[in-house]
Amino acid sequence: MITEFFERLFVNNSRGSREDVKRRLKLVLAHDRSTLNASTLEKMRKEILIVVSKYVELDTESLEFSIRTDSRMTALIANLPIRRILHLEDNI
Amino acid sequence: MTRVIVITSGKGGVGKTTTTANLGMSLAQLGYQTALVDADIGLRNLDLLLGLENRVIYTALEVLSGECRLDQALIRDKRQPGLILLPAAQNRNKDSITSDQMKYLISLMEEQYDYILIDCPAGIETGFHNAIGPAREAIVVTTPEIAAVRDADRVIGLLEANGIQKINLLVNRLRPEMVKSNDMMSVADVKEILAIPLIGVIPEDECVIISTNRGEPLVLEKKLSLPGIAFENTAYRLDGQQVDFIDFDSYSKGPLKRLRNFFLGSSTT
Repeated sequence: MITEFFERLFVNNSRGSREDVKRRLKLVLAHDRSTLNASTLEKMRKEILIVVSKYVELDTESLEFSIRTDSRMTALIANLPIRRILHLEDNI
Repeated sequence: MTRVIVITSGKGGVGKTTTTANLGMSLAQLGYQTALVDADIGLRNLDLLLGLENRVIYTALEVLSGECRLDQALIRDKRQPGLILLPAAQNRNKDSITSDQMKYLISLMEEQYDYILIDCPAGIETGFHNAIGPAREAIVVTTPEIAAVRDADRVIGLLEANGIQKINLLVNRLRPEMVKSNDMMSVADVKEILAIPLIGVIPEDECVIISTNRGEPLVLEKKLSLPGIAFENTAYRLDGQQVDFIDFDSYSKGPLKRLRNFFLGSSTT
């Protein structure tokens, strides 16, 4: 009880911005840390397309390839419409 | 084996040069031959903070161009003979030197010094990359503010990507009162976010400005101020000694604050 009395006398009970700044920082750093730079992304895209094209023919016009991040995770999203599946003999 | 340490931050104005000057002076006081290299070409300040600005004749650039020998450019501090400064050129810019040239300069100095501290410029461009090239260790300086911590995080990533694994954290300009009233991140908050080992905590204090006004590093004072003690402790830790971090609450001024600490306890870090 005495502690509460002194707390009211001395402690500034405004919510304080410390929790705000920690929250904002953690969010912004999660994003900063996970961003792949553009040239790495492009190299990755080309290599992935080469591998996939060994097995299927892709519709290159409607390809989607991107990075998406939220506060917890980064995901590489690729949407590769298939025109036709190549038979194994085609690859020899 | 010489320890080549870069003092860096990303953000400008957080205290890299102050740290380099005071850490360097402390290390020299401990008996180590310590060389301070100002890598902030065009915006040099290490000479000012050490009060050696009137003794700058040659800089690193003249050494590289062959206009003078290395020993002609080095300035030995008369107050502490173990401390030496290699100043940066003021009338050029960061593109006046290459990364290889920087490494060459440090290699010229390595055998004679126990410690070489490189004062890194702000930013993450050429100047930054030139400064970290020769380094084997780093001290990242930050303040407990959002922009400084964000920049420090980026810099830590770049240091690791450049093969520097021994990275330590120094939190500067701490205001224990503001931490107590939840208006500033604590040292623990910053350390948790950046996730590197802590080597020093320096409180905000007017005497830092006074020391730069006079060109006298804090650690030279006969009766050390709180930041002076904190810098000295940082040097001891760098040297491998175990030193407890200062409990800033017990230094609160005024009887009212002492009363408050007595009843409510203290918890800053």
